[in-house]
Amino acid sequence: MIWDTFIAPFAEFGFLRRALVGCLTLSVSAPPLGVFLMLRRMSLTGDVLAHGILPGVALGFVLAGLWMPALAIGGLIAGLIVAIGSGALARATGGREDAALAGLYLTALAAGVTLISWRGSAVELTQLLFGSVLGVDDAALLLMGGAATATLLFLAFAWRPLILECFDPSFAQAVGVRGSVWHLGLLALVVINLVAAFQAVGSLMAVGLMMLPAIAARHWAREVGGLVMAAVGLALVATVAGLLVSYHADLPSGPAIVLSAAALWVVSLIAGPVDGLLARHRKRPHLEG
Amino acid sequence: MNSPHLKPSELRVRDLTVTHGRRPAVHHLSFALKPGAMMAVVGPNGAGKSSLLRAIAGLHAPSSGKIEGVVPGQIALLPQQAALDRSFPLTCRDAVLFGLWAESGAFRATPKPERVEAALDAVGLHGFVRRPVGSLSSGQFQRLLFARLLLQDAPIILLDEPFNALDARTATDLLAVMRRWHGEGRSILAVLHDLDLVRREFPETLLLAREGIACGPTEATLSAENRMRARMMSEAWTEGAEACAA
Repeated sequence: MIWDTFIAPFAEFGFLRRALVGCLTLSVSAPPLGVFLMLRRMSLTGDVLAHGILPGVALGFVLAGLWMPALAIGGLIAGLIVAIGSGALARATGGREDAALAGLYLTALAAGVTLISWRGSAVELTQLLFGSVLGVDDAALLLMGGAATATLLFLAFAWRPLILECFDPSFAQAVGVRGSVWHLGLLALVVINLVAAFQAVGSLMAVGLMMLPAIAARHWAREVGGLVMAAVGLALVATVAGLLVSYHADLPSGPAIVLSAAALWVVSLIAGPVDGLLARHRKRPHLEG
Repeated sequence: MNSPHLKPSELRVRDLTVTHGRRPAVHHLSFALKPGAMMAVVGPNGAGKSSLLRAIAGLHAPSSGKIEGVVPGQIALLPQQAALDRSFPLTCRDAVLFGLWAESGAFRATPKPERVEAALDAVGLHGFVRRPVGSLSSGQFQRLLFARLLLQDAPIILLDEPFNALDARTATDLLAVMRRWHGEGRSILAVLHDLDLVRREFPETLLLAREGIACGPTEATLSAENRMRARMMSEAWTEGAEACAA
């Protein structure tokens, strides 16, 4: 029973094993980025960038068909243009960065959908948006591994400056921390992770794997380090659960993984020790001092 | 933390103009902060007090004029609390440790954790090492920022409304910290609103209303006539102002 439910699918099917390895890799790298986006009050930025990737992927698709390297490179370029362009646009014109981001991503989304529907079918559109475990080939696995390696290396170096930049930007500037450089690095890695994830879970669903564990982690830890570890742990569980559900119930893998992460978020909201609903409403005697 | 590693140099502000867009927040201001001086910056709301401090700290590039005597790493700024994310998931220890940035930087090991405890003790936050920053009251948070300043150990210290909205006890404690800095020969420039406090504690005062109204010994600077002039200046806002020729 346990074997049939939890082990057999992975033991029997190579494509499922590959998807598992790929998604577990992303579960280690995407949620820490999500934690930092959340701390910068940019929880929705991941979503915006995921939409921003689309026209690049679509252009790659129009030029080369469903050939992964073209799709990935196109997505990377488009995502970086939206991420870096919105910051530059805001600084150059004195507007707000969130407004510039909204303007760019709405344009990108419309352009992407137009391009795909011009040359592709609804089936292909669905696959690009929501992913397919069948699509995880060697190139995709390498891309995921590379994205995770780059992310973890970046976080190791950027850890303190990023935290200082979030907590007290003026102080960071005064002691010579180049806040904008680390910030752009963070956004670039968000784009890279989303591109790496879109074959397995789709570009839109990849944001779920990035943000939901990060948001849920708030109920398990009080420090940045704890938040990151909790987010990674939750993402790993969501990935395994999601792939199993996807296999047994014959559902697309991306939404299944994200729904599993959402279920864990609900559990965290209710049962999490930090500001969870149960912890808040349980009557306990107050402390002496 | 006994005496600064380096004696403060004289800080000279010459014909300084700081703008937001094209509107001057500080307009053709000149004054000097002598080594070891303790000077209050006083003026109506919108007089450019915070802009002046931010410009001296290197956070806001001046649109004209000069600030001389600034050595990187030798100026510490206490920002207004509103500028910080007070709910950030950080322990008091980690927040204060940022004061040692000059030594630790982004990657190096954090030097001597006992200095953090000593700094927290010195501002009356004994035993707060593991407390999350989010659990502090605004008075305790101000004490925390002072602890970070202690670790920065800078010869020139800029304070932006350090005693605003604090209970009497906290204000007294932090005033004592500031007096100690003065005794150690550091230069202090502090934006303040409480004129009684300024008269009691600060030998010198700069009265600012975008332009410098007066600068010098506190009692003379804060004369009724000067304060009236400052109020008139700050209320003047010309809709169709011409480009400044000076």
